[in-house]
Amino acid sequence: MNKHDFVIRFAGEGGQGLVTSADALARAAAQAGYFVQTHSTFPSQIMGGPASSQVRISTTPVLCSGDGVDVLVALNQYAYDHHNEDLLPGGVTIYNAEEYDLPEGGSYFGIKADELAKSTGNARAANMVTIGAVAKLIDFKLEEIDAFITQRFTRGRDGDAEIIEANIKAVRLGVDVASTSGFSVGQLEAPNPPDYQQIVITGNAALSMGAVAAGLDFYAGYPISPATTVLVWMENNLWGEGRFVHQVSSEIEAINAIIGAGFAGKKAMTATAGPGYSLMSEGLGLAWMAEIPLVVTNVQRGGPATGLPTKSEQSDLFSCMHPAHGDIKMPVLAPGTIEECFFAGALATNWAERYQGPVIIVSEFGLAERGENIRRPDLTAISNESRATVSEGDSGKRYDSWDGSTPLGGMPTPGGAGAYVANGSEHDEIGDTTHLPRHHVRLMERRFKKLDLLNGAHYEIENADADVIIMPWGSSKGPAREAYDRLCDQGENVGWLYSVALNPLPEEVKDILKSAKKIIVPELNYLGQWSSLLRMEGYKAESITQYTGLPFRPVDLVTRIIERIGAGVTA
Amino acid sequence: MSKRNPEYDFAWCPGCGDFGVRRALQVALEGYSVEHEEPQANNVVVAGIGCSGNMVHLVEGDQPFGIHGIHGRSLPIAFGVKQGNPKLNTVVVAGDGDFLSIGGEHLGPAANRNIDVTAVVMDNGVYGLTKGQSSPTSEFGAVTTSTPLGKIETPVSPLKLYMSIGVTYIASYYSSKPRVLAKMIQEAMNHKGFSIVHVQSPCTTYNDTYDILKGKPQEGIKGLAFEIPEDHDPTSVEDANDLLSRPGVPLGVIFKKEGQTLQDRYEGLMARAPKRTNDELLDSYLLQ
Ligand SMILES: Cc1ncc(C[n+]2csc(CCOP(=O)(O)OP(=O)(O)O)c2C)c(N)n1
Ligand code: SF4
Ligand SMILES: [Mg+2]
Repeated sequence: MNKHDFVIRFAGEGGQGLVTSADALARAAAQAGYFVQTHSTFPSQIMGGPASSQVRISTTPVLCSGDGVDVLVALNQYAYDHHNEDLLPGGVTIYNAEEYDLPEGGSYFGIKADELAKSTGNARAANMVTIGAVAKLIDFKLEEIDAFITQRFTRGRDGDAEIIEANIKAVRLGVDVASTSGFSVGQLEAPNPPDYQQIVITGNAALSMGAVAAGLDFYAGYPISPATTVLVWMENNLWGEGRFVHQVSSEIEAINAIIGAGFAGKKAMTATAGPGYSLMSEGLGLAWMAEIPLVVTNVQRGGPATGLPTKSEQSDLFSCMHPAHGDIKMPVLAPGTIEECFFAGALATNWAERYQGPVIIVSEFGLAERGENIRRPDLTAISNESRATVSEGDSGKRYDSWDGSTPLGGMPTPGGAGAYVANGSEHDEIGDTTHLPRHHVRLMERRFKKLDLLNGAHYEIENADADVIIMPWGSSKGPAREAYDRLCDQGENVGWLYSVALNPLPEEVKDILKSAKKIIVPELNYLGQWSSLLRMEGYKAESITQYTGLPFRPVDLVTRIIERIGAGVTA
Repeated sequence: MSKRNPEYDFAWCPGCGDFGVRRALQVALEGYSVEHEEPQANNVVVAGIGCSGNMVHLVEGDQPFGIHGIHGRSLPIAFGVKQGNPKLNTVVVAGDGDFLSIGGEHLGPAANRNIDVTAVVMDNGVYGLTKGQSSPTSEFGAVTTSTPLGKIETPVSPLKLYMSIGVTYIASYYSSKPRVLAKMIQEAMNHKGFSIVHVQSPCTTYNDTYDILKGKPQEGIKGLAFEIPEDHDPTSVEDANDLLSRPGVPLGVIFKKEGQTLQDRYEGLMARAPKRTNDELLDSYLLQ
């Protein structure tokens, strides 16, 4: 049977090369012209502990990690017991016959990958044995794997040729085992390669790259999953004249350092996850009050407290919008795909400069480390906005009243004209503390009015006059989109609404929300945070929630959305 | 603010030590600008929260830039300012509570990095702004609004603390002689690296220590403050530790060590770092 889409999952223990196997298969498939998306679950420990890594290979762009698994590679009994239930009808498991055995008669067969690898003379080629078996099961062209192996191991060293040969041989040995088993899960259709240049990148790298493309030149951060790779990326790449990157001693240092840098004229960012984000609250309030341009990225994990450090959850939205005490509503960008991570990184940097204040990017574990092949962004199309500044002779009043009818006044740069005090206490025009009602009123209004300057984020509107509109946010976009497409195919009358900017919402999105009779928000949290915020604005929103630490499956969303459609709409 | 602003709603109590420190800071900022032929705008004063932090609004004359941030975070903010633009002369003004209690965690990293920032700490042994609670430098047994039966924690010894974590310029003084204090602050600004001028700045309302510091010579009572002996060598760790083992409050420069600042080290790294354009960076992700 021809199929355009397969999910292959490697399950076992951390340290068994699960990610390496999934990545190798993903690379080989991407190079062959397919679209791929990887997804991994890790324990928090470094070695050992149950883990899995999967790749979805498709002839069309991959929206999410799918409904289940077509081929499961289960490296130990525990992995088999826990992942077997995700096997889709017609799926097959390859089990590690060096570790355990399964009774005759199931949809599985065993493989002794280590033993076979040794017979090739290269004990390290065991994952290639398994990949060979997988390739046979989905009828993936072996030449493509050979090409991938040749490219990966051509490193200009002496033993290259032998290593390549052994790996190719390992693949063939795996193929033989799968052939002998007699199983097949279908034939992968020929690829439909895109006509544009592609990059393979993770969400965190894309976000970092996007920010740098818009001129980010200062980064301070503290390690925390799943945001650590942003810090590591910056430490490895944010080099050169006029740039600064440093690992600081806490998230409190990080936020305050970028406040200082933003004040001094830099385009500054930090990235963190829930626990660190909580520590930044007071600083975020200062940045809002003193109007300091900066970007804080919150790569969400499960919460509260230490929560689920390596799982997917979308439960920090309340705190992203309202991180601190007092009247604050932060600008929030929530990318839902790897490509959107790139553009959110760039836009957040530009927004911060444009409205002279803090901007939040809320990303997720589900995007952070997942790899995907996407169109290479055109850097010449990325704008590089810089805050308005002041020059000698300007009024020099940083904190003038502002009603939006004129361009926002400039922000003086230390060393230049317009000396003022960036003040977290309520202040007068030049930043001296005053608690007179007049100033609190005019500056409160100024701070909120500035949000009107923030536009240009991606949004999607389809079939908006339907009775029921699906509006996911963040990474739930992928599974929700797949569910939406299926519902449309089934003839259900549903609409689609999606916005990367959650605050401020684009006017066009608000117009749809105003007239919508029922808005369904699939989101990975308990409280139904986005629908709550929408209801606060008077929109008729309700959530479909999930709080397992795992992403949605489209198949579940289809069922649950149909239930809600069945419930009708209330006038 | 350059002139009296009637809307500014903070004023120090009569006799507060912070007046003297302000005078000294003003003179030092002006002196530094003249010495280096730089505009006042190149000076940035980063203030903590407390009576002392209000200093940033009370500097008169030609105005420096300022940040009046949040309680305890003036050091990390100053770190960001300095690394954001290393040309700025960056000065922290903070109280003992701000600098040593809530902000204490930032001292170690600032010293390890040897950031080129000057901190002027106004130590009054009390929380002034919140009306007289005990602070890290309040004496053991001190009766304050929050320790009505006496403080049961031993006080921190700030100078020993600075010494032990490797601060590269440490001076101690009091608020009563602004001219001398100004020289010390200006010297600290000129020091390449993390410098702290720790000033005894009495709180006339909640902890009036003028007499304790200066003594009452008429009545034959000796004060805690003493001039540092002529033969003290501030470049010697041994001399500095000896001095700090003496009871009382030394007046003068205790320790001073030249060395690389964070910025020096950073520039060293960057000289080795390969240069890549954004397009080259993006191309490293190309699907081959
Ligand atoms: C996070 C936080 N906690 C508490 C306070 C309240 N507060 C303001 S100033 C201060 C202590 C001030 O003492 P010190 O730093 O010694 O300055 P002083 O007023 O004595 O100059 C406190 C606790 C605050 N502003 N922020
Ligand atoms: S309370 Fe004390 S520290 Fe505060 S202004 Fe009055 S005298 Fe100065
Ligand atoms: Mg104090």
